[in-house]
Amino acid sequence: MSRYAVGIDLGTTHCAMAVASLEDPDAKPDIFEVQQLVARGEVGAQALLPSFFYFAHESEGPQALPWDPARTFVVGEYARSRGVDAPGRVIASAKSWLSHPSVDRHAGILPLGAPKEVEKISPVEASWRYLEHLCEAFDARYGGGDAALARQDVVITVPASFDASARELTVEAAIAAGIEKPTLLEEPQAALYAWVLAHGDAWRKQVRPGDVILVVDAGGGTTDFSAIAAVDREGSLELVRVAVGDHLLLGGDNMDLALVHLVSRKLEKQQKPLDLWQQSSVVHACRIAKERVLSDALVGAAPIAIASRGSALLGSTVRTELTREEVASTIVEGFFPQVGADARPVTRARAGLTQLGLPYASDPAVTRHLASFLSRQASALESVEGFARPAGERAPKLLHPTAVLFNGGVMKAAALRERVVDVLGAWLKADGAGPPRVLEGADLDLAVARGACAYALVRRGKGLRIRGGTAQAYYVGIEGAVPAVPGVEPPVSAMCVAPFGMEEGTEASLPPHELGVVVGESVRFRFFGSTVRRDDGAGAVLESWGEEELRELPPIEVTLPADGRREGDVVPVRLRSRVTEVGTLLLEAEPIHALKTDERWRVELSVRGEG
Amino acid sequence: MTEPAELSFFARLWLAWLCFFRVLFDGRFAARVQEARAVRALPATPPPQAPAQEHAAEKRTVDSATAALQLLSLLQREGRLVDFLQQDIATFPDADVGVAARVVHEGCRRALREHASIEPVRGENEGARVKLDAGFDADAVKLVGDVKGEPPWSGTLRHRGWRATRLELPRLVGEHDAHVLAPAEVEL
Repeated sequence: MSRYAVGIDLGTTHCAMAVASLEDPDAKPDIFEVQQLVARGEVGAQALLPSFFYFAHESEGPQALPWDPARTFVVGEYARSRGVDAPGRVIASAKSWLSHPSVDRHAGILPLGAPKEVEKISPVEASWRYLEHLCEAFDARYGGGDAALARQDVVITVPASFDASARELTVEAAIAAGIEKPTLLEEPQAALYAWVLAHGDAWRKQVRPGDVILVVDAGGGTTDFSAIAAVDREGSLELVRVAVGDHLLLGGDNMDLALVHLVSRKLEKQQKPLDLWQQSSVVHACRIAKERVLSDALVGAAPIAIASRGSALLGSTVRTELTREEVASTIVEGFFPQVGADARPVTRARAGLTQLGLPYASDPAVTRHLASFLSRQASALESVEGFARPAGERAPKLLHPTAVLFNGGVMKAAALRERVVDVLGAWLKADGAGPPRVLEGADLDLAVARGACAYALVRRGKGLRIRGGTAQAYYVGIEGAVPAVPGVEPPVSAMCVAPFGMEEGTEASLPPHELGVVVGESVRFRFFGSTVRRDDGAGAVLESWGEEELRELPPIEVTLPADGRREGDVVPVRLRSRVTEVGTLLLEAEPIHALKTDERWRVELSVRGEG
Repeated sequence: MTEPAELSFFARLWLAWLCFFRVLFDGRFAARVQEARAVRALPATPPPQAPAQEHAAEKRTVDSATAALQLLSLLQREGRLVDFLQQDIATFPDADVGVAARVVHEGCRRALREHASIEPVRGENEGARVKLDAGFDADAVKLVGDVKGEPPWSGTLRHRGWRATRLELPRLVGEHDAHVLAPAEVEL
């Protein structure tokens, strides 16, 4: 029996957790202050747990926590600060690695540049350690046993743009951390739950049937768009998530880095180059300067003073400033330029031999990505009840949001929120629609954790639930049987195995097409996802598709144990898809001629890509 | 007050070692130890059962010297305060002092805000007339100038005063030496 509803924001740069007692019917989600090492030998409680992992060197002795005196690694604030002076032993952005399609996410690859003696861990394990730390801190506070986090109703948030395998890996990390009943929730939905929570019953006055809420969620490492429609169903209001954007590794960290380049150049004109430690002070100073300038229109310039590493402060501290114009041209114009609705992100051809690294968005302009999202999803509302276009009216070029909800640390800056609203208003006007309203949010850093906790309560029947189902339709690639011709790839068709919008606990009908798998061997299939094809049922076969329509995902793999069959035989199977209660996609291969009842094998989603 | 948790053998050995010398050389400490032993000898009232909520939020009291060292270390870490105070600033021009003061101010302010809440003792503006009745808190308000006569007094608020309403220092874990305010740093 669970005693608490818990929401966990497992972020790229920070984690946060909110808790509400299930025994108190009026309980509201409270932010849990997480005990963590804040410096060597010092434990403090903070609302945010930085998502950093530090491998302590043997010489440093144990990294004791109140609940574990012998720990050899650090998670949280102290790990982050060690990232500055011992970067080779620190893992950052594990979440971006977790959703990296072309690395083996179960392999020990992090930290990337670690010295040989460090036993590297996998992206899954890093996420698991962050969750484990939250579990331990929770148990230290609430006493474990029946109240252990492992036994509570835990909701963990993921970016809406996470594909099926990244979602599955997140659940795997949660289960490794001991959480028995994890449930996934998309971050933009969590932000909306938090907004509803903050407004009590009054929110129904602000959102009416016919509204389309655009959630712009720009965090430290990623930017995520979602559209949620308010639908009138038999007299009551229903929220339906109708579209999600692409996975963009673009966030506040990129913006801070852009300013750091600017400031470093200015400082280097005065003095010798900055060392690594000073660079990190610059990052910090830039972030503060940026927030001051962007949130207060009266601040003309913010000073930046950078101390040297040694103990002498006077005479070696260098000073410069960031002016309003510099911040505006770097951040506002650089990341949120005023562009037309037909603008598209610039894609840069990747060099043949790229270093192993994260697939960062190649265009830093959030507004261009937003334009691309809205136009890709222009017809997202067509099949949603109450949004049918009157006959004869021209099709819109864009999806038309009527309201915007901002989330994430980046959007704390008023100037950036204004810019998004301006640009969006101009696009909508040109497409014949009115300007969007802004739904005033609460604390943009902690909203996702609060919203996740609120969702855990909603799942128990307290309040309105956002419907949506799977954010993508999934397809398996089938190679056509044609004579081999050198240099010509055989044509591939895509068969839909899981349609768009499958809800939790539902199963898609078995597609009529059969696939052949070889007994005793691992067989891989190409796998695709689409966030725009809404009408393909399970079994639909596409012979061709627009480049923008289907995106290739890491391949899927099925291994048939010999078990009663002859090795090497080809067995015809069908793929059955199901969305679990947890919120992950489960693919199973079912033999056409079963040897025993209910014979089926699990299809692995998160195998390493070969691209 | 909750019963302190039992110490490990090595922690006890270390404590015994420390106490031996302090009892030997520090008369006041020795007196306090004696006092503590006497209190222990009295029939102890059973400690109240800690509510489950506070199960592990064991509040270990840190002696005041350690807390002061910790605060210094915190202000050094976040705002380089010790570096600033230890340097002779007489020979530097004001511009240099100003630049350094920005580093110190920015960091120390952040640390202070995070770990303490500080409010003015009096809400009035400085320069306002204020009235003090008999029985005012002499710790919180100091009479200055021509101090005489009987309350109630009426005077001018010269300084609003500051009061810490919260102080939360990080908890020390393991065998951390609080005397090291900032470790020496050696780059390999």
